Amino acid sequence: MCLAIPGELKEVYTPFPGGFRMGKASFGGVVKEVNLELLPEAQTGDFVLVHVGLAIARVDADEAEKTFALLREMGALEEIGAEAAPPEARERPPAAERRFP
Amino acid sequence: MEVCGGQTHNLVKYGILSLLPKAIHLIHGPGCPVCVTSLQRIDQAVELAERGVILCSYGDMLRVPGSRKSLLEAKAGGADVRMFYSPLEALRIARENPRREVVFFAVGFETTAPANGLAVAHAAREGVTNFSLLSAHVRVPPAMEALLADPECRIDGFLAAGHVCTVMGYEEYEPLAARHGLPIVVTGFEPLDLLQGILQLVGLLEEGRAAVENAYGRVVRREGNPQARALLAKIFAKVDREWRGMGTIPGSGLDLRPEWREFDASRKFVLDSGESREGSGCQAGRILKGVLKPPQCPLFGKECTPSTPQGAPMVSSEGACAAYFHFWAGAVDDAPAEPTAAHP
Repeated sequence: MCLAIPGELKEVYTPFPGGFRMGKASFGGVVKEVNLELLPEAQTGDFVLVHVGLAIARVDADEAEKTFALLREMGALEEIGAEAAPPEARERPPAAERRFP
Repeated sequence: MEVCGGQTHNLVKYGILSLLPKAIHLIHGPGCPVCVTSLQRIDQAVELAERGVILCSYGDMLRVPGSRKSLLEAKAGGADVRMFYSPLEALRIARENPRREVVFFAVGFETTAPANGLAVAHAAREGVTNFSLLSAHVRVPPAMEALLADPECRIDGFLAAGHVCTVMGYEEYEPLAARHGLPIVVTGFEPLDLLQGILQLVGLLEEGRAAVENAYGRVVRREGNPQARALLAKIFAKVDREWRGMGTIPGSGLDLRPEWREFDASRKFVLDSGESREGSGCQAGRILKGVLKPPQCPLFGKECTPSTPQGAPMVSSEGACAAYFHFWAGAVDDAPAEPTAAHP
């Protein structure tokens, strides 16, 4: 029930004056409309965590990287394979090719 | 104990339970809102549907047995029961059907409450008067408190539910950890997140520290989501709530504040479902408290299966019984031991 899925924000808009702040997010290629009312800081290009159509958090890229670093240290990521990595990791290039602001 | 049903599901599905050292026993907590929604609320939802409202609900709730019938059986009998992914879709149905009452069956923990609160705020802003919530919202910390107070429960530490903390943060767990002298680790849902949470919790236990740590930092901040918390405070008030199989837990529910009464189905309609009765010998209460493992229930896999559920934990995809039915390959005796046995 508390299932929430990270998606990449492709577009941010307000459908009509005074309406919800909305966005289009890609979930592994499937694009769905999400409500951004509770995430005023979310921008195009961010990964956001979406629950019942509502974005509830921005995924922190540096923190995600820390988790992956820990897992690499365990030697687990290679052994278990990419399919076991969190979904937001799959859509991103390997750490070496990434640059965080 | 892992609190959240989504975590239980993945622990069983990915075989993590059977890979853990024998000394570590994960007790499956009451973190499935579908499973703990009281029989009386389900009976009220069935009654509303049969009285002609458009009853909108998340899909998981439809098959949960009530005293007389489930929402799905009410729908089969002609009631207008509709399944939605988001309460904002139910608000659209209210806009499109101005002559009919639309009631959204608002179940869920703190993760889900903001979306339902937002639907109410926007109904008010748009002047939609035929939309209301039947609230069965529940809060996690009072349930953890109740579990710790129960003499049948023996818990050494908690994996706190990651997405509840995404909304609420984990400040409110700090006094809980200090008061009961046990560690709490905010944990995510992917298999590797779960392993990391377990590792940190074992680390804290070995150090003997009753602290709160965050193993899900990529989405959880200590203060949570401030906009979501402000919205919850504006729309909802804490109330005592009955949990199915666990009894009434003080301050564990969220109902609409009196100023939003016109959007509160339990105030807008006079509901009389008579007395709600549990049947069938379902052991859901003891399973939700972690006292019994699902395979230890005499009905498990016999009278009670996902296609003929006798209780909510077998209906919901996140219920502990359904998780074991689908993914647990061991014999009953191999099921992780009862929590009492875990203590020397």
